[in-house]
Amino acid sequence: MRGQIPIIIVFISGVFMVIQFFIPHDAGVFFYEYGLDWIIVIGVFAMLLGIWSLFRVQLDKVVKKSPGWGYSVVALGGLFFMLIGGPLWGIEEGTPFMQVFWYIYTPIQATMFSLLAFYIASAAYRAFRARTVLATILLLTALVIMLRLIPLGPISGPNQKLATWILMVPSMAANRAILIGIGLGIVATCLKIVLGIERAYMGHD
Amino acid sequence: MKNKRVFRNKVLLIFFLVLPCFFCGLDMSSAQEAGEISVEDSLAQLPATPTEVMAKDASNDGGHALVVTWKLSADDGAGKNNVVSYEILRSDNLDSGFVVRGMVLKGVNTFKDEGVKEKESEDYFPSHKNFYYKVKANAEKGASLSFVSPPAYAFGQLFHTGRTVILVACAIFSVFTILFIRKAKRGEELYVRPLAGIAAVDDAIGRATEMGKPILYILGLGTAADIATIASFTILARIAKITAEYRTPILVPCNDPIVMIVAQETVKAAYLDAGRPDMYKEENIYYVTSMQFAYVAAVNGIMVRERPATNFYLGKFYAESLILAETGSVAGSIQISGTDEIAQIPFFVAATDYTLIGEELYAASAYLGKEPLLLGSLKAQDWGKALVMISLILGGLAASFHLDFFIRLFAVKP
Repeated sequence: MRGQIPIIIVFISGVFMVIQFFIPHDAGVFFYEYGLDWIIVIGVFAMLLGIWSLFRVQLDKVVKKSPGWGYSVVALGGLFFMLIGGPLWGIEEGTPFMQVFWYIYTPIQATMFSLLAFYIASAAYRAFRARTVLATILLLTALVIMLRLIPLGPISGPNQKLATWILMVPSMAANRAILIGIGLGIVATCLKIVLGIERAYMGHD
Repeated sequence: MKNKRVFRNKVLLIFFLVLPCFFCGLDMSSAQEAGEISVEDSLAQLPATPTEVMAKDASNDGGHALVVTWKLSADDGAGKNNVVSYEILRSDNLDSGFVVRGMVLKGVNTFKDEGVKEKESEDYFPSHKNFYYKVKANAEKGASLSFVSPPAYAFGQLFHTGRTVILVACAIFSVFTILFIRKAKRGEELYVRPLAGIAAVDDAIGRATEMGKPILYILGLGTAADIATIASFTILARIAKITAEYRTPILVPCNDPIVMIVAQETVKAAYLDAGRPDMYKEENIYYVTSMQFAYVAAVNGIMVRERPATNFYLGKFYAESLILAETGSVAGSIQISGTDEIAQIPFFVAATDYTLIGEELYAASAYLGKEPLLLGSLKAQDWGKALVMISLILGGLAASFHLDFFIRLFAVKP
């Protein structure tokens, strides 16, 4: 019975969510929004567990002097500084909390994001090596698409038309095929979970 | 002498009283003349009033909107052709209190008067309350107001008729799924196309076991409510069970605390199912941060420090997909990825060894479980796709031959 209760909850919640999608009446909307409020409440408590998990894992590394434990010290220091700094100084502009956010966190985040440019170059190099016929077609297609943004004199016009055709016809067709597959996959997955056929996430086959 | 002076005063008084009246009279008569011309002109310029003003409940809503329709003014696009716009006025009283609710341009004869259900809002629109409407046709000079409409009230519907086609499609697909599951239960052999990414899972875990290295499982940036993350939980359960049997540690750094809790329970249950509950380590499934690139930095650090033999990226991914996959590639890990984010699929294809494209992510659990019940649902998906293809071909033909009724069958209203 203990194992059946979660499945019953999933079934009732799943069926309700499906039904409410077809009910525009205020009553249906009310229960839907009520459910969403529950998710927010659960999220708040889960955040406490998340912070506890973060603290425990990092502290464990520091205590055991695991490789790279110095980073854990920085992580714990950052966690406590922001946890205490927010209530202590407030979160208005100019406070230490916001200065750390703008002058330490934001530049680091931008640096991480900018790495993407280099990774795109290295991934493109590997993907576009013309080792097979298909890879050569991929390379040529990529060239046409990339060159459409560059002024190339008399060949700009035809290249632009070809690039637009590639994007609007074969690429669009593939995109839509994947989207239709995703849509059906979502419905099938939901059905499997709601009907209790898929129970792997609860440790049952 | 005195009488003379009194007489002179009387004459002056009369003069000063009468003279202004005389001029006023002249002025008034000239104004009247001018007024008569102005009124005539104005009347001549006034547009014909809109007629047959009606209001009815807006369909497929919670009961906070009315649709107002009217017959266009005779001077809208014809006659004097001087109508520029229509103003829609509403009151809960038949005789007074009409306020402007909106305006539409000439040629338009419908207006949706909608509000919100929150009583404290200024835009509150109550259900089951009678309202009256008037429509004013505006010309460049002057305007004419229609008669009051009959009363109408808004009410909520219990079924969204605009979504009937979705309901029918879901019902057909559900019937397919149940039919194929029953077929599978009877023991019929169901062929499903093999997926390279799934076939490589056992080898990838075996490699990690041989190398004595951990497996890194990334659930992506989705929340526990995203279907891609839910699908990823089911795959995690299967993989965690194999890692428990192989005694290989699995690391699951999470981006969302709720995801972390579900992942912990999933892995714990998988270890229990594999008969190795003692090997489960809660600290291996942990929360890192909810910030996108801080999460990427943390996961990249794990890849560089721990050097996991195998990386799984299954779930919802955004711009971080390539940064993660390229770092894993540089670290020399075998990588299996899968996402339903179309924009990220090319990055995974370029940077990982195997990629589950779109729906394959949802099918992966069934492939790994090899259970007939789950494989039955995959067959239903194939049949669903066949139906979509048939509909696409028929839709293309219908559009080519202007058979609009067929296209309208598939219309979905918001």
